[in-house]
Amino acid sequence: MIDAIRNLGSRGISSVWRAGAMARFFMLILANSGMSFRRFQLTIREIYFAGVMSLVIIMVSGLFIGMVLGLQGFETLQRYNAEETMGVLVALTLLRELGPVVTALLFASRAGSAITAEIGLMKATEQLKAMDMMAIDPMSRVVAPRFWAGAISMPVLAALFSSTGIFGGYLVAILLVGIDSGVFWSNLHAAVDFRYDVLNGIVKSVVFGVAISIIATFEGFDADPTAEGVARATTRTVVTSALTVLLLDLILTGFMLRGD
Amino acid sequence: MSSSPSQSFVEIDNVDFSYGKRAILKGISLNVPKGKVVAIMGGSGCGKTTLLRLIGGQLVPSKGMVRVDGQDIAALDRDGMYAMRRKMGMLFQFGALFTDMSVFDNIAFQLREHTTLPEDMIRDLVLMKLDAVGLRGTAKLFPAELSGGMARRVALARAVALDPMLIMYDEPFAGLDPISLSVVGQTIRKLNNALGATSIVVTHDIVESLQIVDYLYFVSEGRIVGHGSPDEIRNSDEPFIRQFVHAELDGPVPFHYPAGNYHEQLGLAPVRPVTPKGSRP
Ligand SMILES: Nc1ncnc2c1ncn2[C@@H]1O[C@H](COP(=O)(O)OP(=O)(O)O)[C@@H](O)[C@H]1O
Ligand SMILES: [Mg+2]
Repeated sequence: MIDAIRNLGSRGISSVWRAGAMARFFMLILANSGMSFRRFQLTIREIYFAGVMSLVIIMVSGLFIGMVLGLQGFETLQRYNAEETMGVLVALTLLRELGPVVTALLFASRAGSAITAEIGLMKATEQLKAMDMMAIDPMSRVVAPRFWAGAISMPVLAALFSSTGIFGGYLVAILLVGIDSGVFWSNLHAAVDFRYDVLNGIVKSVVFGVAISIIATFEGFDADPTAEGVARATTRTVVTSALTVLLLDLILTGFMLRGD
Repeated sequence: MSSSPSQSFVEIDNVDFSYGKRAILKGISLNVPKGKVVAIMGGSGCGKTTLLRLIGGQLVPSKGMVRVDGQDIAALDRDGMYAMRRKMGMLFQFGALFTDMSVFDNIAFQLREHTTLPEDMIRDLVLMKLDAVGLRGTAKLFPAELSGGMARRVALARAVALDPMLIMYDEPFAGLDPISLSVVGQTIRKLNNALGATSIVVTHDIVESLQIVDYLYFVSEGRIVGHGSPDEIRNSDEPFIRQFVHAELDGPVPFHYPAGNYHEQLGLAPVRPVTPKGSRP
């Protein structure tokens, strides 16, 4: 019993410690970001790996989730004879919640884990030490471009996810349910508010992108320099990112809800 | 230190280093004269890599001083350190080639990062470095496509990409077949002379070292236990050096890592004292 409490305490302390270390790591990334923008092709290269490689999974998932939302929405809305507002339901759900959150979860497992594994492997094989011996700072050359690539890709991917999702909902509405295309779009247009729906969704996806990119680069840089150390770090990236995204989503949603 | 600083490129003066509580180096002093190839010999785990990282400033001694090109390494700030490292080339124990770049890009890396040379000049320089290690034909390959000996030579070419004044080799001979081994050995000597550089070769390969280096230091249990020119070493009577040179199992270096009583650990009854050789039990 005492042991269990002690265990819990030490886990708690180590989580807090890691969070602090990540915050410091984030500051260090910011301080070493000059090269990521001065030589933007470094960041573009990482955007290609983190972002472009995630395109397919993001768009396919978006399409499916939009279609499912459409079907579920139709099922419920038709009881109130409100099936024509189906587009609104799909769009709001995606823009406010599912777009940023599901994209973040997919992005963490597709790109975040890859970033961790890549940096961890470079550490385990002494590539980072070698670079440091060549008088090139791995923080500037390896870590910061990957961080910025993640932070830039994530909002773009979330926007694509929501767009394909809305298109999926549209397909269901037109082809399966038989709602008029003009009605679908005009309802959607009237109900979606740019400031409260679109912009808040973008804010969320930016915050999630930054969080995942910090976690992924930190875990890679902090990994034990062995094969199993890198494997463990990769798993930690996915788990920590998921929990962090869900917690941040709760907090952000709390702040973003209007009183009306 | 006996020799004057002006002649040495690297001076290590009474240096202590420990990882946590574990003391690795205890009062090491050595000198690497300008233009020479010096070997630092010692068994695995005796702190050879640690010593190179102290010279490169990636580790800081807890006591004593490391001086490179007349400058106290510990006193340099970050920019000073990076300026100093541009004068150094290091061959890492496991190559540490960048796995996401081709052989060509690996060697071009520092040229592109540290110089503003046009790409066609970089191309010529890279091909020259690759030619010096006999691997111009591998420029387009990736590190994963190279054999161990080839990867070692590519790493060697990369270590000298910027024509460093000091080249450090961490176990350049480990795990190589006899032919690759002597190719690497000859290349180390050749590069040192061609660049007018100073070289430190960390190794436990005594046979190859005696052929290519100018001076040798022996490290054991964190201390320098012997040093001399290859001729002096070959004829040395010091027990440690004899053990090392002639690969004797028995000597000052124990075969066993310190451990508890063997029989007790196996759960056996205490045994009678070992009977003398030749006598029947
Ligand atoms: N980062 C480290 N943390 C703790 N101990 C280390 C570390 N690196 C090396 N050691 C230990 O220090 C000793 C010397 O290591 P090293 O310099 O790599 O030896 P060598 O290169 O001579 O084989 C070894 O016993 C090793 O286990
Ligand atoms: Mg070593």
